[in-house]
Amino acid sequence: MDVMPKWAEVILVPLISLILAAIISALVILAIGEDPIAAVKLMVSGALGSTYGWGYTLYYATNFMFTGLAVAVAFHARLFNIGGEGQAALGGLGVALACLYIPWPHWSLALLGAIAMAALFGAFWAAIPAYLQARRGSHIVITTIMFNFIAASLLNYILVNVLRPTGSMDPATARFPEATQLPTLHELLAPIGISFSKAAPANITLLVAVLACVLVWALIWHTRLGYELRAYGHSQSAAKYAGISPFKITMITMIISGGLAGLMAINNVMGEAERLVLNAVEGAGFIGIAVALMGRSHPFGVFIAAILFGFLYQGGAELALWTSIPRELIVVIQALVILFTGALDNMVRMPLERMFLAVRRARSPKPERKPIEPAE
Amino acid sequence: MTATTVAPAIELKGISKAFGPVQANKDISIRVMPGTIHGIIGENGAGKSTLMSILYGFYKADAGEVFISGTKTEIPDSQAAISAGIGMVFQHFKLVENFTVLENIILGAEDGWSLTTSLGKARKELVALEQEYGLNVDPDAVIEDLGVGMQQRVEILKALYRQADILILDEPTGVLTPAEADQLFRILGRLREEGKTIILITHKLREIMEITDTVSVMRRGEMTATVKTAETSPEQLAELMVGRKVLLSVNKAPATPGKVVLDIKNLHVTDEAGVERLKGIDLQVRAGEILGIAGVAGNGQSELLELLGGYARGTGTVTLNGTAIDLSGKYADGKSRRAKGIAHVPEDRQREGLIMDFHAWENTAFGYHHDPSYQSGLLMNNAAIREDTEAKMKRFDVRPPDPKLAAKNFSGGNQQKIVLAREIERNPDLLLVGQPTRGVDIGAIEFIHQQIVALRDQGKAILLVSVELEEIFSLSDRIAVMFDGHIMGERLPGQTDEKELGMLMAGMEATQ
Repeated sequence: MDVMPKWAEVILVPLISLILAAIISALVILAIGEDPIAAVKLMVSGALGSTYGWGYTLYYATNFMFTGLAVAVAFHARLFNIGGEGQAALGGLGVALACLYIPWPHWSLALLGAIAMAALFGAFWAAIPAYLQARRGSHIVITTIMFNFIAASLLNYILVNVLRPTGSMDPATARFPEATQLPTLHELLAPIGISFSKAAPANITLLVAVLACVLVWALIWHTRLGYELRAYGHSQSAAKYAGISPFKITMITMIISGGLAGLMAINNVMGEAERLVLNAVEGAGFIGIAVALMGRSHPFGVFIAAILFGFLYQGGAELALWTSIPRELIVVIQALVILFTGALDNMVRMPLERMFLAVRRARSPKPERKPIEPAE
Repeated sequence: MTATTVAPAIELKGISKAFGPVQANKDISIRVMPGTIHGIIGENGAGKSTLMSILYGFYKADAGEVFISGTKTEIPDSQAAISAGIGMVFQHFKLVENFTVLENIILGAEDGWSLTTSLGKARKELVALEQEYGLNVDPDAVIEDLGVGMQQRVEILKALYRQADILILDEPTGVLTPAEADQLFRILGRLREEGKTIILITHKLREIMEITDTVSVMRRGEMTATVKTAETSPEQLAELMVGRKVLLSVNKAPATPGKVVLDIKNLHVTDEAGVERLKGIDLQVRAGEILGIAGVAGNGQSELLELLGGYARGTGTVTLNGTAIDLSGKYADGKSRRAKGIAHVPEDRQREGLIMDFHAWENTAFGYHHDPSYQSGLLMNNAAIREDTEAKMKRFDVRPPDPKLAAKNFSGGNQQKIVLAREIERNPDLLLVGQPTRGVDIGAIEFIHQQIVALRDQGKAILLVSVELEEIFSLSDRIAVMFDGHIMGERLPGQTDEKELGMLMAGMEATQ
């Protein structure tokens, strides 16, 4: 029987972890001679105080939702996909090819085409390590990390030697055609009378990300594939007994995971940059690991955690811009959040469990244990 | 308990231990007199192992005191237990497989910095010990080359080498053939003569009756009774363990075997490490009969079940109701095997039969999650599965009948009932059953045996694998004995005895 009620498990534990991370962050800011309260105010107003701030927060959050979902799906099958970075980079290549070489009549069709290409390229990049794991036993953590480097080098080569327009000094593709430009939140919200910042990069991909959260939720808990995937994740020996092929599950899970990571490119490449540049992913693949950890691999948790990290990203950028707090410190704060919500989870959980147990004991004189009677 | 002038070798007073909400030991007091064999019997989860772990310093008791030879002793860790003269022989041996006997004996008790001198010293002591207690083991043999019985002797020697006066043996006969178990009991008798005190933890009533002087019964964390073995009976002990009267044998009518359902010819299976596990097996199981496969664990029974269940590869021919089964698939044939009418209650329900973190209802669909009645369109119909589970739990008397409880929260017997309900209610032509009552409470054993016999009476073929000879005898209509990947012979239960089967299980050809 679970020791803690579900609300404590889902809300209280991450919340306390976050508060602890915030306290230590405040101490660090104090130590370098800045005012933590002013810093928090600046972060909040910068990230959430205006539609401009929200636009950036949600833009980053969209990236993290895709990479977070990618890690979460794989984690349900106990596959640790660290290759979101490379898969998202490849997804960017897919998007660039789709946008540059296919004459789309309208952005909506371009979006569908780009989704297909981004997912396909990301999935392909995850499928190779998956195959190596399933058939050759090469550990997926190692191979996905290595594939991040291969992806970076591959993109470097392609951008410099293949896709760079002649005459350009910039290792990037040409700007995508007008017809592939995705509507921003400004354009989407204007018809219903909300004036959203025109300069913020948040765009329709946010809706795609939310849809992806819902679909992943349905996949994991309401389909046979999700059932097999979770069964495989919990016990490989039991999965074999039940006739679930480890090869099939490893391949399909990683293909879905890679596809989700690849979809991030819709947001940053197609929605924001509108061309493919070097290092377009900017670490979002790794943030996805933290997002999935903090979100307990649940799509709804990933959604919330992605917004939190979007806030940290945007708020951090504001801090770096307006104070003498160096940008590196923002990374420290993010690391503290990851440390407390992910790695030090049990530090908060165990005292809490003891507390709930003590409360329960105090309420009922007998220990809360339904004795399981043998059959009469 | 009678007052004696001699101090008890071990006395526990008021030991209590809780794990979270579970009270594993409740105010347990026990006195073990020196030079006796004291049995501790109880169902799985009764708290036997917890009690011994406290005595051996693995757990710290919440309350209570330990006295060794009359002196109050704190045992914070196993080092302290060893220096207090307590030795423990675990169910799963703690030996380094590629070390020699001698190296294993001194592991952790090395003397000085030079291995050569300590090995030399240890060898003399070991040889002396072996002679004193009649425990013959070659000091230079490598552990992995030794049989299970021999490995157990090494464990006992390890404890004696550390000057243990009190030996705790946890389910020592689980992995032994009947002959090896007899040898172990002779050794224990000898140790008792030499003044050692032995605590024997077991769930087998027969062993308690055979060797112990005193027996303590545990039930749900409490010590329900301590009696002189000579003054009790298996029936009384069973009642004390379960808390009500239990039928120790199954009532069943003679079998009426029909046509051959499963026909195995010249079956070979090689495992992933390249070791040949089945070396040409021929077997037949008919409709309406239970074929019991006896044998010491690890002689190919698991591989046979895995192959028939569809997750191991093999060569040879296997036909089900006259149609050949493809044996070449490595995995994932489980689905087609189930479709053909083979249901499988695996040997290890926690590792294979169930997903311990899944809810009971998710486990009810396990392996049958493609069933059309469990689907609605593209999605799984979780509500339908929950409903079905609730009905199954009622019919199989699973307690508590809550489909939303995780499998790990059920007792062993109830977990097994969940698996049985899932497999038996598929109405299979062939039911594979491995160790159906391993780790199952006596009360549930009765029920499980009845269900298996009931399926047989419906004219289904049943292949039973069990390492418990008692179970083989009480359920089987025909017995085949496996040893080292071979079928050593087939017997009818009425025309053989444990001794003959024991010979076959040890690989000795019996004269027919």
